[in-house]
Amino acid sequence: MIRVVLPHHLRNLAGCRDREVILQVAGGIVTQRKILDALEARFPQLGGTVRDYETGARRPLVRFFGCGMDLSLESPDAPVPDTISRGEEPYRIVGSVAGG
Amino acid sequence: MGRVRVLVGTRKGAFILSADGNRRDWEIDGPHFGGWEVYHINGSRVNPDRLYAAQATGWFGQLVQKSDDGGKSWNPVSNKFAFEGEVGTHLDFDDTPRPWGFKRVWHFESSLSDPDTVYAGVEDAALFRSTDGGQSWLELAGLRNHPSSTGWHPGAGGLCLHTILLDRGDPNRLIVAISVAGAFRSLDGGFSWQPINQGLHSDYMPEPDAEVGHCVHRLAMHPIRPDLLFMQSHRNIMRSDNGGDSWSNVSGNLPSDFGFPISVHAHEPETVYVVPMKSDSEHYPDEGHLRVYRSRTGGNEWEPLSSGLPQKDCYVNVLRDAMDVDTLDDCGVYFGTSGGAVYVSPDGGDHWTAITQNLPPVMSVQVQTLP
Repeated sequence: MIRVVLPHHLRNLAGCRDREVILQVAGGIVTQRKILDALEARFPQLGGTVRDYETGARRPLVRFFGCGMDLSLESPDAPVPDTISRGEEPYRIVGSVAGG
Repeated sequence: MGRVRVLVGTRKGAFILSADGNRRDWEIDGPHFGGWEVYHINGSRVNPDRLYAAQATGWFGQLVQKSDDGGKSWNPVSNKFAFEGEVGTHLDFDDTPRPWGFKRVWHFESSLSDPDTVYAGVEDAALFRSTDGGQSWLELAGLRNHPSSTGWHPGAGGLCLHTILLDRGDPNRLIVAISVAGAFRSLDGGFSWQPINQGLHSDYMPEPDAEVGHCVHRLAMHPIRPDLLFMQSHRNIMRSDNGGDSWSNVSGNLPSDFGFPISVHAHEPETVYVVPMKSDSEHYPDEGHLRVYRSRTGGNEWEPLSSGLPQKDCYVNVLRDAMDVDTLDDCGVYFGTSGGAVYVSPDGGDHWTAITQNLPPVMSVQVQTLP
């Protein structure tokens, strides 16, 4: 079980009332790619909002955090911290602070 | 008498303004998609309750929303705009080649015969079409693959396809406009395209009379005179009597020939409306007077329309997609401002009132005339 915290706009788009989304991620080691694949499979309307359709890359003003660490620049195929994969800590998708 | 529904896209969401045919008492519904930029909302001419909205932010990209009940409820449809084939390059601001990339939808235009068919004009400039109500999008790549496209530049707002004109009498005839490239026409349903910019003169270009490279801000066409076109370009008001084969300058006595929107009266193909801005450096009305200008002669002779509009300390802009008309007997004219006001004139421009004055900056206004 993976806990994912979505930013306000994506929570609305997904139709989620709760701050956290619970996902099941199949197949051994949990990676950021697997988490995002599971997120988009459950909420197809989030396709293209976190990762670019063409490149699969993180959108520039979206960041990923977990366990007090910025995971945005980590490899999408690297294992996430154990506490995230065990559901003890949430995986956070954050819209960067920008604008004025 | 009929009713009107005004679809307003703003920097922070969409609003739907409704009134009966008197156009005096308005209901304002919104914001829809609060906090998101809505560049355009388009209503189908065939099924007016079918709407398409372009919803985006810099954070989370482009979304497309569809409504089948006139905007009471919305559902996301496909936001996947993939260029067809090998993606080439256009020119960047500094004249270096830059690969084509999808950035946002600027404009939707619904088919005149099928509510499930809708065109999308996007940035970087390209034309997409959906024939399944937005469930999928296919690029009409002949436009982006035109031999001139490697030399197209972005304007200040980006390299955007912002105008799509459809011809009720000939569904294979499409006309689009791109900033900064110019106007293009297809006679085969969007498969192949030719530039239609003869007569345009852009003195900021190395070749002012070049076939492409002109900054066309907006085109307008009356449905019963599809060969009569009007253009607000970066520096002039232009007119074509042959479907774009050639253009002539009809700026006439306008105080400034710079502006963004241009619209044609619903029942008088030679009556045209523009909103001049002071200059391309300032983008606000001269001396703080907000005035629509009307020509009843297809250009050249213009009269200011100011009754009911702010005539002091008004420094707003009116963007290219932010003016439209209804088709009631007394043609109503509407426009929205960067200051968040939406104005209506129920008598063809003689008198104006503000429907609302404090929306977010208005990006687009489309008017639906309903039974």
